[in-house]
Amino acid sequence: MRKVEVDKEMGLKSVKEYPPAPLSKPAEGAGGKTGLWRTYRPVVDLNKCTGCRICWAYCPDRAIKLRDDGKVEVDYVWCKGCLICFHECPVKAIDKVVEEFGE
Amino acid sequence: MSKVKSIKDIPLQEYLMPGHAACAGCAMALAVRHVLKILGRNTTVTVPACCLSVIQGIFPKTAVDVPLKNTAFASAAAMASGIKAGYRVQGKNVNVIAIAGDGGTYDIGIQALSGAVERNEDIIYLVYDNQAYMNTGIQRSGATPYGAWTTTTPKGKTEKRKDLGFIMIANGARYVATVTPSYLMDFYSKFQKAKERKGSRVVIDLSPCPPGWRYDPGFTIEIGKLAVQTGAWILWEFEDGVFQFTGFSKMIAEGKAKKKPVESYLKLQGRFKEIIKSKEKIEYYQELINENWEKYLKIAEIYKKK
Repeated sequence: MRKVEVDKEMGLKSVKEYPPAPLSKPAEGAGGKTGLWRTYRPVVDLNKCTGCRICWAYCPDRAIKLRDDGKVEVDYVWCKGCLICFHECPVKAIDKVVEEFGE
Repeated sequence: MSKVKSIKDIPLQEYLMPGHAACAGCAMALAVRHVLKILGRNTTVTVPACCLSVIQGIFPKTAVDVPLKNTAFASAAAMASGIKAGYRVQGKNVNVIAIAGDGGTYDIGIQALSGAVERNEDIIYLVYDNQAYMNTGIQRSGATPYGAWTTTTPKGKTEKRKDLGFIMIANGARYVATVTPSYLMDFYSKFQKAKERKGSRVVIDLSPCPPGWRYDPGFTIEIGKLAVQTGAWILWEFEDGVFQFTGFSKMIAEGKAKKKPVESYLKLQGRFKEIIKSKEKIEYYQELINENWEKYLKIAEIYKKK
């Protein structure tokens, strides 16, 4: 079962197409859906955000995205909830709320 | 890439994929993200056994978007030398960087690093110093500071830590620098300098580790800043025989700023709980830091600009 999944993800059709060495390809989510690790969820208040990009620069997970208007939004698929952005925001535009995974 | 002077100048292109397997609040993932931004697509990375070999994720996916070769624990610098030699034969000019933890550098990998520096191989060597063997479960390493709890030093380490910066200067490295991602502009200026230079370049990066240092992941940046402001971590660079302090450490060295008392740095971290209990130990820790500073001020005097 596992082998079939691997083949599908790498797009390989036969054994001959296997790489000569264990070769991984760059992809999002190599560590799984890391958004599920969160206990707290950072929430950006767009009225307060000044677009200084400090949270974006300090995010180790690339979970802060720059919007077209220069402000930021959080990508909750990958955000691990470390709350560096909450602590570093100079205008306190990011709030933390307890995560409740819905549905 | 033009000089980065403020956060708005940081390039938008990313080479570390989201969803990597690093712990929440990992300063090493942050450092690697910015290092790859600086070096760009034309880069090959080599990694010994360390946290970075784990955060790449599970086969067949990887989180690093440049060519990367995992290698044995002792041989990061040797592997980087070999990759560079291979590119030289092919006539390609590629940035080769070895990224290793403190265990793979201070203890296990030091002979390969020492050899590569002595041969003046054209490589960058980045040590992310999280001050213990974090990836195997927080065992003590040569980089663990005095008094820090690890699983193998449950009452706190009784010895002082090694000073890799000194070793590398004495070893004859052309460029040695210490950084921490908490001071990002300092980080960028040193790595951009390292990218442009030739010869062996060693960069030592203080990398706060939330599970190993026992603190809330949100304080990663603050702890890095406190380490510099208290003098527990000194920002400096050594370039062509000239030693100089940079950033906040420069202000301390010139007497423009005072070191904060080290207690503010220690009490944020659970690993120093044995030290925090007694006043004498805090004073001793402060003494160690002052001693270290005196040593560095002497070094700065010896290698000052002529």
